[in-house]
Amino acid sequence: MSAGLILLVVILIALAGFFLGRRRAMVSVGGDPRKLHSLPGYYGQTVFIFAAAPALLLFAVWALLQPLYVENRVSGLIDPADIAEGSSLSLVMADVRRIGDGIDFLVLNSGQSETDIASMDAAEVDVRKLLAGVGVALGSDVNRSVFEAAKAFRGTNQTLHIVRAAVVILASLASSLFAYSRLTPEYRARNVTEAAIKALLIMCSTVAILTTVGIVFSLVFETFHFFQMYPAKDFFFNFVWNPQFRGGSDLGILPLLWGTLYVSFIALLFAVPIGLMAAIYTAEYASPMVRSFVKPAIEVLAGIPTIVYGLFALVTVGPLLRDYFAQPLGLGNSSSSVMTAGVVMGIMLIPFVSSLSDDVINAVPQSMRDGSAAIGATHSETVRKVILPAALPGIVGAILLAASRAIGETMIVVLGAGAAAKISANPFEAMTTITVKIVSQLTGDTEFASPETLVAFALGLSLFVVTLGLNIVALIIVRKYREQYE
Amino acid sequence: MTDLNTSGAAPGPRPKISLMVQDARTKKRNAAERRFRMYGIIAIGIAVLALVSLLTSVVANGSSAFRQTFITMDIYLDPAVLDKKGTGSIEDITKVSTFGYAPLIRSAFETVFEKDNIGVDGLAPKDAADLISPEGSAQLRRYVLANPEEIGDTVSFDFLAGGRIDGYYKGRVTMASAELDSNVSPSQLKLADQLKDAGVLRTKFNLDFLTNADASENRPEAAGLGVAILGSLYMMMVVLVLALPIGVAASIYLEEFAPKNRWTDIIEVNIANLAAVPSIVFGILGLAIFINFAGLPKSAPIVGGLVLTLMTLPTIIIATRASLKSVPPSIRSAALGIGASKMQTVFHHVLPLALPGILTGTIIGLAQALGETAPLLLIGMVAFVRDFPGAPPEGLFDPAAALPVQVYNWTQRADPAFVERAQGAIITLLVFLLIMNTVAIILRRRFERRW
Repeated sequence: MSAGLILLVVILIALAGFFLGRRRAMVSVGGDPRKLHSLPGYYGQTVFIFAAAPALLLFAVWALLQPLYVENRVSGLIDPADIAEGSSLSLVMADVRRIGDGIDFLVLNSGQSETDIASMDAAEVDVRKLLAGVGVALGSDVNRSVFEAAKAFRGTNQTLHIVRAAVVILASLASSLFAYSRLTPEYRARNVTEAAIKALLIMCSTVAILTTVGIVFSLVFETFHFFQMYPAKDFFFNFVWNPQFRGGSDLGILPLLWGTLYVSFIALLFAVPIGLMAAIYTAEYASPMVRSFVKPAIEVLAGIPTIVYGLFALVTVGPLLRDYFAQPLGLGNSSSSVMTAGVVMGIMLIPFVSSLSDDVINAVPQSMRDGSAAIGATHSETVRKVILPAALPGIVGAILLAASRAIGETMIVVLGAGAAAKISANPFEAMTTITVKIVSQLTGDTEFASPETLVAFALGLSLFVVTLGLNIVALIIVRKYREQYE
Repeated sequence: MTDLNTSGAAPGPRPKISLMVQDARTKKRNAAERRFRMYGIIAIGIAVLALVSLLTSVVANGSSAFRQTFITMDIYLDPAVLDKKGTGSIEDITKVSTFGYAPLIRSAFETVFEKDNIGVDGLAPKDAADLISPEGSAQLRRYVLANPEEIGDTVSFDFLAGGRIDGYYKGRVTMASAELDSNVSPSQLKLADQLKDAGVLRTKFNLDFLTNADASENRPEAAGLGVAILGSLYMMMVVLVLALPIGVAASIYLEEFAPKNRWTDIIEVNIANLAAVPSIVFGILGLAIFINFAGLPKSAPIVGGLVLTLMTLPTIIIATRASLKSVPPSIRSAALGIGASKMQTVFHHVLPLALPGILTGTIIGLAQALGETAPLLLIGMVAFVRDFPGAPPEGLFDPAAALPVQVYNWTQRADPAFVERAQGAIITLLVFLLIMNTVAIILRRRFERRW
């Protein structure tokens, strides 16, 4: 019985339970809902929840445990001698799974009966060719023990699927009958349903925590693998980044870190003054008319996807900087450069800096402006000497948030900064960043379990730690500042 | 403070000060004021200029992707070529490969040359046939296999012109550059001009750009966005179905029910931090958890949708909480006062009133998710996919592309014609975003209540 069908049956049972439960409640008071503790619908909902929730929970747990159990059982059947040199048990198990799926196709498409399959012997029949005929390509010939394991894999799975269907549906029926039997006019059905709904709400709110746990878990786990293959000291202190296909790579983070920081620095150098001045002008000087045009226009910049900025860097800004700055100044002739990525990223960050600073500036109490004006300061003096110092913690927080954005930004640097890992002071040279290398190492053709691929997880962890640190510092600064005026 | 001269000495001549005449210091201060104001205007000018040049660059480079050069030809579907045995059976016709259709196009060119008396010296009909995209023979074959009964007839076809010919009419290829190019010769371009004068070759609006699948490296003219748009649509469906209920449920709990304790504090800090985690980290999460651990297929919209759901959740939660917060407490008190339970108050009264704000936040979150590229690269959406995914729900597990990833994919190819395609794809993406944001703004304007 397929998963979808089981779910459908469970839902049907639950729906039936809803109507029966509501009817039972109504019948028990002779059709007068005032004598019930809760509204009649709640009695139905109680049965519904009892029918669906335990069954679905059971189904989910089953779905997690079944592969583990089957894998464990079947891998014992494989003859250790059949694991080819350079291969591993997990690779052979992948083959077993594919052969198992292939037999399903064989039964469906080529008219082989189950008994044919059961009596088929890998020593006599060319299973690889047979499976290729139904579109399942295998990397190597099929050994006898592997084929037997595949048959066992398939058989166990089929049996377990039948058991699963029976167990889940029985659980649903049993628990709905239990709930149904307890329905009396005094039964507090509303409290029960509301408790269940509240549990659901709490579960949903933990998704955020699960996500964080998932991120940390996946990063730390694979980074640990990486450091088993490649020394951590070399990763953090090597000045060379030079991955090789055949091992012996130099995987130092320093050149990537340099590129990341250099690009982010230029981006902030561009974005902070412009964003800040734009925010000051819109908050302090602009008429409402002008503000109603300028603010949305700047905010549009924040809504544009980064891939658009990336292409802008690649097609327009890169060649422009190369032809009018880099080549005349003799600083290089590469269109992808730190400068290209930095400037375009700066444009992307303008709305970030400006809208955050705008909020902070507006939060400065009007009385401080009035006081400053009353002792004869000009408007700009008020801004520079009174408002900015008062808003400074918030502005610093905004800049830190922008910096964390810049460090984690991917598409602009992938398309604008280049791929050469080097440490140089020339901003018109192509350099590369942590995010670029995460993309290139994880989308490449190297084997997953090699240090060249796993280094991406170590890079990701470094990135995660740095951005998280910046965010937390920014948050602390902003919070502290807020307390001053409220 | 006072005008009294306390020193007792005879008052000397007073310096003449008038409010009408500015002294040097005031002038300086006023100049500083004007400069400061000017800086603000310059900053805004730069920001607006950046926006304008970004949009102009995209539109100027990309709008030509929606126009394409076509060559209209009458093709005689020669039975001697297509159905050598004369049986008319579909098996025999299928045996003729795409390559076998090239002679038909060649002879059609010969007919055109004779009829309109055009042709360039030294250009063989085979070279002339190269004006048409390699896709032309495939198009012809598809047509014949669909209508085998028309073999022997003469049918009129609109063929895509080759990428270089198309580029010639869009200014990407010139006579000088053709001289150096092994894929096109100046005489071919001359022939193209003659064909244009004869009305055989035209540049017209190309809707296929939005519906076709991606095409291989050497036929940029046939590449389209169909698979990418469908893939993005599937992912948005997954995000909507998962992120909206989970996000709303989480916000209701945090805003209406959660006690103020350490646990809810942890959840809140978590949500704030997730909103600021770099998107590429979510891609790593997707790769490690959904693909390596859970064994979901690579390049599948379901994986992309799940990753984007996790990314969109903080946005939706923050918007929903703000929206729930803006419902005045008097509504809650009134409902509780007439005997509703806490749960009934929230679901019957507060949630409906907060709905416009929630929907606005959801649409904005979806718009963000639609443009997200980096995490999708890591879960394999960058693969070359020619086949359309099936109908959901099974189709969610088929390989597909996504709009922003398609843009990236095209920028990585050698032929400059693909850059034009990438810009065209960006225009499409921006149009979708514009529509979504407009809907969000309209929702907010029409339904949001100010209390």
